[in-house]
Amino acid sequence: MKTELDSLVDESVTIIREVAAEFEHPVLLFSGGKDSVVMLHLAVRAFSPSRIPFPVMHIDTGHNFPEVIEFRDRCVAEMGVRLIVGSVQASIDAGRVADVSGPRASRNPLQTVTLLDAIAENKFDAVFGGARRDEERARAKERVYSHRDVYGQWDPKNQRPELWNLYNSKHQPGEHFRIFPLSNWTELDIWRFVGDHNIALPSIYFAHRRQVFRRDNMWMAVTPFLQPDASETASEQMVRFRTVGDATCTAAIESIASSVDEVVAETAVARITERGATRADDRISEAGMEDRKRTGYF
Amino acid sequence: MERLKFATVGSVDDGKSTLIGRLLFDSKSIFEDQLEHIEAVSKRRGDDYVDLSLLTDGLRAEREQGITIDVAYRYFATPKRSFIIADCPGHIQYTRNMITGASNVDLALVLVDARTGIVEQTRRHSLLVSLLGVPHLVICVNKMDLVDYDQSVFDSIRNEFETFASRLDLQDVTFLPISALAGDNVVSRSANMTWFEGPTLLHHLENVYTASDENRIDTRFPVQYVIRPQRADIPDYRGYAGCVAGGVISVGDEVMVMPSGLTTKVSAIDSPAGPLKEAGPGKAVTLLFADDLSITRGNMICRPHNRPRSSQDLEAMVCWMDDVNPMQLDKIYTIKHTTNVVRAKMTSVLYRLDISHLHRETGVSSLAMNEIGRVTLHTTAPLFFDDYHQNRTTGCFIVIDETTGQTAGAGMLLSPRS
Repeated sequence: MKTELDSLVDESVTIIREVAAEFEHPVLLFSGGKDSVVMLHLAVRAFSPSRIPFPVMHIDTGHNFPEVIEFRDRCVAEMGVRLIVGSVQASIDAGRVADVSGPRASRNPLQTVTLLDAIAENKFDAVFGGARRDEERARAKERVYSHRDVYGQWDPKNQRPELWNLYNSKHQPGEHFRIFPLSNWTELDIWRFVGDHNIALPSIYFAHRRQVFRRDNMWMAVTPFLQPDASETASEQMVRFRTVGDATCTAAIESIASSVDEVVAETAVARITERGATRADDRISEAGMEDRKRTGYF
Repeated sequence: MERLKFATVGSVDDGKSTLIGRLLFDSKSIFEDQLEHIEAVSKRRGDDYVDLSLLTDGLRAEREQGITIDVAYRYFATPKRSFIIADCPGHIQYTRNMITGASNVDLALVLVDARTGIVEQTRRHSLLVSLLGVPHLVICVNKMDLVDYDQSVFDSIRNEFETFASRLDLQDVTFLPISALAGDNVVSRSANMTWFEGPTLLHHLENVYTASDENRIDTRFPVQYVIRPQRADIPDYRGYAGCVAGGVISVGDEVMVMPSGLTTKVSAIDSPAGPLKEAGPGKAVTLLFADDLSITRGNMICRPHNRPRSSQDLEAMVCWMDDVNPMQLDKIYTIKHTTNVVRAKMTSVLYRLDISHLHRETGVSSLAMNEIGRVTLHTTAPLFFDDYHQNRTTGCFIVIDETTGQTAGAGMLLSPRS
């Protein structure tokens, strides 16, 4: 009997192979977060026993959790894939983008410039992203092959039709596609796959004690990049991260789930979406994600 | 657990987004922060109710205009099944997005407003669902609360649809009287329509039998990607990766490669989950063969005595989707069919379908956006294909405009009329 996870794997693997067959310079975005880890594992399976025929790339804001960067480096070394790092700090130093300042500053939106520069520099024509449609309402609208013009822009009102499993890879020089092989996966599917296949993830996905403080009804971690202000107090709490991103805009949740099974159980009964629980950047406006995606964000 | 993918279609204001909101709400699949968000937006707009359509209308322009422009995907699960909903736009202007959503679903829900009955968009969407070969159809006569839950209203809409649908190719049609707003017959049985003895919508979705929808008879495997590791420990490994498009392939099967016509045996089947003994429709696998043949992407693996058709002269129903450039005869297009990309010219339009009356209009030489016609085309190389009704995967293709890169048309291959 074919299970639901099997058919998701079949669909994702088929998309990944199709891109490798039709594009000249694909790249897979790899942050060390759970979705990109699952996507990388699927890519390994898609081409086994050959190696993955494309590199992976991380856009590094310089404000990451050290556990995640260590995991990222260990993971690519074990899998024998080539890692390209696009550095937001380097973009700032080169004057491509101005750094942000102030107590609420986050480099998260600056990543778009670094990402688009890296795509142009490496002539990437297909960029795999681990985004899922269940994450966010603008993402729920996006195609598997999502066209980007020469400015890296997404035009959500005028997306190409995408029928059956026939993907149209036609594009002009300088344009590219974002490819989303995990479109139809849910957060719970990701965790079930992680559990079924004993996939390693960064330690911060599991419950641990950490210095945190309350901001906007979320637990923000105390890091060199983010400190509580005068009205906020840090305390040690048992927490874990449901999503992993820039440390200045990714919140932790209170949790005692210390194994994959416990996380699966916790996810199955969660009453708040993962981005709603953990992402300060999505609270900017009603269409925060759509606006960032339009200009070339992940 | 099994997965059912279904699309909601029908005219604007027939209540598609509200129905989805109701299904998600009553099956407890809406998260608290999503509900808080749409409550806040509804309140800010001055609505005196919570607008459930905000759950799926995710684009800025959709919220501004209060309409659905593009298909939105939503996910929910009950203990029996998990579901993917493709919420399709109702406006005629966005028909191509509706086709995107409905092209590969197991079931389509057609919403009909009980007050207005069958309208042009109901006919258009039902025709498209029929052409796309969606195996199961549910006609939801919605807003029954606004017609006093009157059985005669439901019966007359049902009769009218059956008359229209008798000329369509629909296999399994179910009619349900519901009220998405009030919740009648969506998740719970309605106390207001005791005259209706059928199931609730959710019960139907959980139980509709889909196992026989895929073609497990005619073996078809379009080669997608050749895997040659050239590694010292496995110097001779040569695998042919792809997704099974039909039939069940087993280790030991004698197979034929199109177009070369050479035969060999399947010596092993690799998959993302490890080696398999057999693989059925939809499985992503890598086939290994007993003989070293020249096989490339775009080749089709089949059985020697059950081959797909092979031709450069094709006949198809084509839905045109390009809003700028109408289909032109003798213009060169790119066609993508399975893993094959060829160039083609449309050679004639046999007829265009009048959507409202299903008349065949002849003497036409072009198709504009949203028009559907039966066309002939000539390709630069043969395609290996089946009639769309036999196999949706090997019977479909897309038309790509070579200048703009747009996906300009969707085609369903048919047996030539004799």
